[in-house]
Amino acid sequence: METIYLAIPLAPLAAAIIAGLFGRMIGRSGTHWITIIAVALSFALSVLVLQDQLVTDRVFNGSVYTWMVVDGVNMEIGFLIDRLSALMMVVVTFVSFMVHVYTVGYMHDDPGYQRFFCYISLFTFAMLMLVMANNFLQLFFGWEAVGLVSYLLIGFWYTRPTAIVANLKAFLVNRVGDFGFLLGIATLLFFTGSLDYVEVFATAESLQNQYIEVFAGIPWSAVSVACILLFVGAMGKSAQMPLHVWLPDSMEGPTPISALIHAATMVTAGVFMVARMSPLFEYSEAALSVVLVVGATTALLTGLLGIVQNDIKRIIAYSTLSQLGYMTVALGSSAYAAGIFHLTTHAFFKALLFLAAGSVILALHHEQDIRRMGGLKKYLPITYWTFLAGALALIGFPGTAGFFSKDALIEAVGYSTTPGASYAFVCVVAGVFVTALYTFRMFFLVFHGQERIDEDARQHLHESPWVVTLPLILLAIPSLLIGWPTIGPLLFGDYFGSSLAVLQQHDVLRQLGTGFPGALGFLEHALMSPAVYLAAAGLFVAWYLYLRNPDIVPALQRRFSHLYKLLLNKYYLDDFNDKVFARGSLAIGDMFWRVGDDAVIDGVFVDGSGRLIGWVSGVLSRFQTGYLYGYAFAMVIGLCALTGWMLLSG
Amino acid sequence: MLTLTHFLTLSAILFSISIAGIFINRKNMILLLMCIELMLLAVNFNFIALSRYLDDIAGQVFVFFVLTVAAAEAAIGLAILVIVFRTRQSINVQDLDSLKG
Repeated sequence: METIYLAIPLAPLAAAIIAGLFGRMIGRSGTHWITIIAVALSFALSVLVLQDQLVTDRVFNGSVYTWMVVDGVNMEIGFLIDRLSALMMVVVTFVSFMVHVYTVGYMHDDPGYQRFFCYISLFTFAMLMLVMANNFLQLFFGWEAVGLVSYLLIGFWYTRPTAIVANLKAFLVNRVGDFGFLLGIATLLFFTGSLDYVEVFATAESLQNQYIEVFAGIPWSAVSVACILLFVGAMGKSAQMPLHVWLPDSMEGPTPISALIHAATMVTAGVFMVARMSPLFEYSEAALSVVLVVGATTALLTGLLGIVQNDIKRIIAYSTLSQLGYMTVALGSSAYAAGIFHLTTHAFFKALLFLAAGSVILALHHEQDIRRMGGLKKYLPITYWTFLAGALALIGFPGTAGFFSKDALIEAVGYSTTPGASYAFVCVVAGVFVTALYTFRMFFLVFHGQERIDEDARQHLHESPWVVTLPLILLAIPSLLIGWPTIGPLLFGDYFGSSLAVLQQHDVLRQLGTGFPGALGFLEHALMSPAVYLAAAGLFVAWYLYLRNPDIVPALQRRFSHLYKLLLNKYYLDDFNDKVFARGSLAIGDMFWRVGDDAVIDGVFVDGSGRLIGWVSGVLSRFQTGYLYGYAFAMVIGLCALTGWMLLSG
Repeated sequence: MLTLTHFLTLSAILFSISIAGIFINRKNMILLLMCIELMLLAVNFNFIALSRYLDDIAGQVFVFFVLTVAAAEAAIGLAILVIVFRTRQSINVQDLDSLKG
């Protein structure tokens, strides 16, 4: 079994190295075959591991290689394989596999074909290292490695200035989060003296009673400080407000990447990490409350932004932000299993939506503006139906995967007693309406209504090749159906066992699950809750505004022009960041340059010492007249002074 | 009656004259050399006077050394003077300021 664990991340790594270094030699088809086979192998082995976990429930925790031991702290590479990581491995490798296949069609004409396959295989490796880690060091390695690949892929088309700006932005914003993450790890290392998960978790309860003074005189519980810092890392990676600004811009990257990295897997790393750290977060009410409020705010506010966007990928990006907010809310209300469940279903339907959007973009020759689409249903039937499946799952249409995960999540929040839970509940319920509205606004504008396509593009309009549509179909199936068999064991059964820890008083899922009547019963029960009707209302409003009576929309925009402008400018957060942080740091840098470097170091120390010596020698050179009698005079005076001093002193 | 004081006073006067000669003279390098000779002679005068006074012959032996050195120095000094005149067409002290900083 251990060989299999090792093979799962190493197969994509080997493929990435081959594709990266020898891509030219083995050619285009060689490259995609080798990477696809490697990731397929990874996927098959992950399924095997999941199966093994289901049957034996044997947690594997072992180190593979000790990198170094510093002052008693082991820095090693090791794997912790339990049901949580096994589930994540299957999700990651499955979506990655689908995206690999899809890329063959999507990137067909791109000159950077081999490079692209190298990057996505490398990403798969990094993400697997992240989820399989059994210690904080490896977690951080995977964390940074996925960030790096994300950076490389956002800037994949490096000749576009917008792509370069976007990848720089993603990198910088993630640095903010990663800084918090690193500090969190350091705090834990400081208090526990270990980087190993199991050892750190074992001391979680005692950490509660240790205090740290972040600001002098105000003692804070060590576990709260560590958890909040770790969550700052999650906010960066999982794009929670206010560190979410990089995700919409990351849509500059190729669409397969948006599906794989910026929707299904990498951005959920933060959610996964918090769930993994559940034994720590459980002991900090403050941290859970922060998680809850941040998640709820993100879920609602970023969803609202999706309504006014016109770029098809950006709409889905804002939807991703909003759904990540949902997952975070679940974590904050201690319903870790619900968060991971939503993560899993979301990975399927959001990857599906992105890939379907990519298929539309491909068919229209890289047109992304939904105002220049419309009526595509008859041209792209497979894309249409799969997109519809994804959209229904996203809004939580009863019976789809998204329905089970989202509805359970919302109800779990309703039971939560963590401070801020009632605010979060209002946000997530309102979010359901917003989700349905923006999703179907996009859906109707793209596939229904009148055609607004260029005549030129219409000539070449045809359904995408099978390598594109096959992944769509394969993703549509779990998007629709995966909820039925999994909700019982995942949420209310003991699937996660010991891999997630929940304190008795926080266990909202147990309350929710009392008398759980099975998936069908859950469906019936949910039909009596407001969420489903809000989703239906959102769908109806979208239909009315964008299909039935489109003239109302401009009128509404005029009527609520302030609100519209606020949304269009993304709450002015980008402007704020630009003006305060970017300009501010430029100004500080400028100040250090002018005052510190130019004035003090150059002016005082470098030029100053030179000028001082110049001045002293200028004075001294006055004595160097060049006339002999001058020197003789100096000698005589010196002699007299010397003699006089000797006589007088002694 | 001539006492030691008279000799030492004379020697001091000679020394002072030679120093004044070095300072005051701005024209002629030969005068400069002569002043240096005079300075050495003043020192010799001191040596002899004190040698007699202390009844120690060593002082007079030193005078011979000083005279030898003075002769050699005069020879070198005059040689330099000739070279200087040849290259600069002048032995004016005022002109010799290439050491000026």
